[in-house]
Amino acid sequence: MTLAWRQFRLERRMFWRNPTAAFFNFMLPLLLLALFGAVFAGRREDLDVIVPGIAGVSVMSATFIALAYNLTFLREQGVLKRLRGTPMPAGAYFAGVAASAVTNVVLQLAIVITAGHVVFGVAWPGDWVALAVFTAVGVVCFASLGVALSHAIPNSESAPAYVNAVFLPMLMIAGVFYDEENAPAFLRDIAEVLPLKHLVDGLSGAIVHGEGVSDHGLALLVLGLWTAVGLLLAIRGFSWEARRG
Amino acid sequence: MTATAAIVVNDLSKAYGAHAAVRGLTFSVRRGEVFGLLGPNGAGKTTTVEILEGLRHRDGGEVSVLGFDPEQRASELRSRVGIVLQSCGTYPHLTVRETLEHWAGLYPAPRGVEETIALAGLAEAADRRARTLSGGQQRRLDLALALVGDPELIFLDEPTTGFDPAARRAAWEVVRALRGLGKTVLLTTHYLDEAQALADRVAIVKDGRILAEGPPGELIAGAARYRVSYRLGEELVERETEDPTTLLHEATTAALAAGQRLEELSVSRPSLEDVYLELTAEAREPEHAVA
Repeated sequence: MTLAWRQFRLERRMFWRNPTAAFFNFMLPLLLLALFGAVFAGRREDLDVIVPGIAGVSVMSATFIALAYNLTFLREQGVLKRLRGTPMPAGAYFAGVAASAVTNVVLQLAIVITAGHVVFGVAWPGDWVALAVFTAVGVVCFASLGVALSHAIPNSESAPAYVNAVFLPMLMIAGVFYDEENAPAFLRDIAEVLPLKHLVDGLSGAIVHGEGVSDHGLALLVLGLWTAVGLLLAIRGFSWEARRG
Repeated sequence: MTATAAIVVNDLSKAYGAHAAVRGLTFSVRRGEVFGLLGPNGAGKTTTVEILEGLRHRDGGEVSVLGFDPEQRASELRSRVGIVLQSCGTYPHLTVRETLEHWAGLYPAPRGVEETIALAGLAEAADRRARTLSGGQQRRLDLALALVGDPELIFLDEPTTGFDPAARRAAWEVVRALRGLGKTVLLTTHYLDEAQALADRVAIVKDGRILAEGPPGELIAGAARYRVSYRLGEELVERETEDPTTLLHEATTAALAAGQRLEELSVSRPSLEDVYLELTAEAREPEHAVA
């Protein structure tokens, strides 16, 4: 427990010292919000889509993207292998790393929701319980998928290609930037199978429509299935060192 | 034996796919000694050490480290062992001192951070971020991280690769100091002078097998011969002998009688290098002869 807390504090310190990480976690969602907020200024319906959409992107970037990048780097550099040789239990290490990711998610959601309310006049979240539940499920889901993806990435140089190949298409079709009702049917079908759309649905319900968890049972189910797949791949495939050759 | 042995390895084997990296290694390391695994790249040294460190599974054989099977990864074992891995990074955004403070916190009874910094010769670099360190300083940080937990057994996998001569000597002093403190050190190296200078006993490893084992002095005495060379007129004479006294007497007597001089006369004592080259050349298998 003490060790997990130490690792958490270390992760926080390192996070703020790494400009790339800080940019991706805080500037990108805020830039997106500013950009689309300006485009959709005054159009209530669009703003109601964009704010929960960017909240969903924030969850994904702070967990999926950050972990896929960081673990690839730490594995390639041998830091994970070095930690493996110390008495620190693996659980304490992952607890520290996970707590740091959760901290980033919470900070970003606070910024996005506050900015959405203050600048664009989107209402305060209508159902805080649903917001907390979908955030928690989203964190576990995308964190485990990020860890799982890091196993497939051969080295740091190719990490952006792998991450963006997954992230960008999912982002485009998930109804983050537009109401997905306007998208072609086949794109909607694909988005329906992927987790981000369902996270955005759940967050949208909680933030904009004041809908509870029970109104988005399907979203929770799909996220739960992806979480199960992610955890299975993340744990069974976990490697403390880079592949040879 | 086990009461005084820090490490016991019996018939250890490990293969990567079809490649047998370690083929039946047997050796033991006594408490308080510096033991050197000496061999060329690809001999299986690192694989062996990483199995002992609990970082790799073995295929066969028995291994005991401080009485533990490292594969069980007991927390107590890891807190009593310090590891310098080959080419292994640290968190780039932390300073040397911050890194050591974090690592110290992982051990039940760590050495003081400042003391460790001084021991590893990192005083000037203590407040620099790891990413800005030179290669030699990185390696000293590796050493410092292995020592900060105040371990009783230290694994050093090629600890001075990339060091300049001065840094190398300094690292040797650290190893000698550790020995003076009663610590056990398992060292791998492909530098023969390093093994000769530091190790109480060495095992020469090639292709996953031990070719010879013993104190460097005994290996030298047992396997290699004095080399006497001189020039007689146009002819360069090189002779090997177990007893240079007789050979020199005969050569000088003959030269004096003929009124000649033995130009460029040298008598070289065998070194670990001769033993090593002799053994590794003998052990070379036909398919490897090209190298």
